[in-house]
Amino acid sequence: MSESAGNSTSEYIHHHLTNLQDGHGFWTFNLDTIITSALLGLLVVGLFAWVARKATSGVPGKLQAAVEMIFEMVQAQVRDTFHGDAGAVGPLALTIFLWVFVLNAMDLLPVDLIPMILGAFGVHYWKAVPTTDPNHTFAMSLTVFFLIYFYNIKAKKFGGFMHEVLTAPFGPKMAPFNLLFRLIEDLAKPVSLALRLFGNMYAGEMVFILIALLPFYLQWALGAPWAIFHILIITLQAFIFMILTIIYLSMAHESH
Amino acid sequence: MNINATIIGQAITFAILIWFTMKFVWPPLVAALEERARKIADGLAAAERGKQDLVLAERRSEEALNEAKAKAAEIIALSEKRRSEIIEEARLEAKAEADRVIAQSKAEVEQEVMRAKESLRDRVADLAVAGAEKILRREINAQAHSELLASIRTEL
Repeated sequence: MSESAGNSTSEYIHHHLTNLQDGHGFWTFNLDTIITSALLGLLVVGLFAWVARKATSGVPGKLQAAVEMIFEMVQAQVRDTFHGDAGAVGPLALTIFLWVFVLNAMDLLPVDLIPMILGAFGVHYWKAVPTTDPNHTFAMSLTVFFLIYFYNIKAKKFGGFMHEVLTAPFGPKMAPFNLLFRLIEDLAKPVSLALRLFGNMYAGEMVFILIALLPFYLQWALGAPWAIFHILIITLQAFIFMILTIIYLSMAHESH
Repeated sequence: MNINATIIGQAITFAILIWFTMKFVWPPLVAALEERARKIADGLAAAERGKQDLVLAERRSEEALNEAKAKAAEIIALSEKRRSEIIEEARLEAKAEADRVIAQSKAEVEQEVMRAKESLRDRVADLAVAGAEKILRREINAQAHSELLASIRTEL
């Protein structure tokens, strides 16, 4: 498709940024996002479950050692940040890291590969990277947002939580301002989580699409460095999403 | 950037994945790693124990060696003493044997002397009788003086 020029260039870009959708109005489903993320999520989590089920306390194989490295990295982050009983925070952090990582990694596939294959089967739109879909990133960040409230109320009970909302940081006399600040602070968390991931991945994908518009003999000169750099972005964004989730939940667990 | 019902679907998928990880990934990995940490700790403790055992065994072997050396020295001293005892005994025995041999030969010599004396005595008596016979042949008969001759023989 890289030969196309002029009008077809914007068509090409637009085509690549259109989801495969089904439904009307709000009740529209981005099928590509749902299918890709579910398949990859089950794949990576299933792989981990398979390795974990066979895990031996003796000398681990290479696959088990790799799984253990990731697991221990996540566990160390949770233990360093989260004081007290971490409960479900560890599994949550591991799920976030793995899922975001594999979904981001879809970015490294050539931008035309999946659309071409599926095009041959009559599917004409396919956004391969679910993390470039704000629906996905907001779904994750809002889930984390609800978990923040769940942990707040679990740790402080409803009364303690309301007391904190109304009195911190300026004291009881400034209750309306405290409430306002708290609202801003809490809303900023899911919005920044979702937009950070979405923005990074969307921009990265956009650059890949633009590189794909170059003549084929020049693509490698920009495509290769960008892809190599993107390995860092992919891992970093997965790590940031995970670590911020842990931090938010540990803040929810402790009083201000 | 259009938000639609996908967000609900993705949140459900996310929740399922979290549940799955909580149930099937996290606990077995924690268990395996804790088990390994325990094994390693046990191994290190065993190594430490082994080291202490080695020190103890070395001390014991040194003690045994010293004891054996002392015993050997004792045995050597004892055998030296025994050796001089045996030599002394042998010497005494040899001296006794020599004394016995000397005494025996002395007795034999004495006996020989006695026998010689006896035969001499007989011969002297005979000579005396012969002499006296010759003398008395002229003046006296031998039967009349035999009593006198016997008393002379015993005096010799």
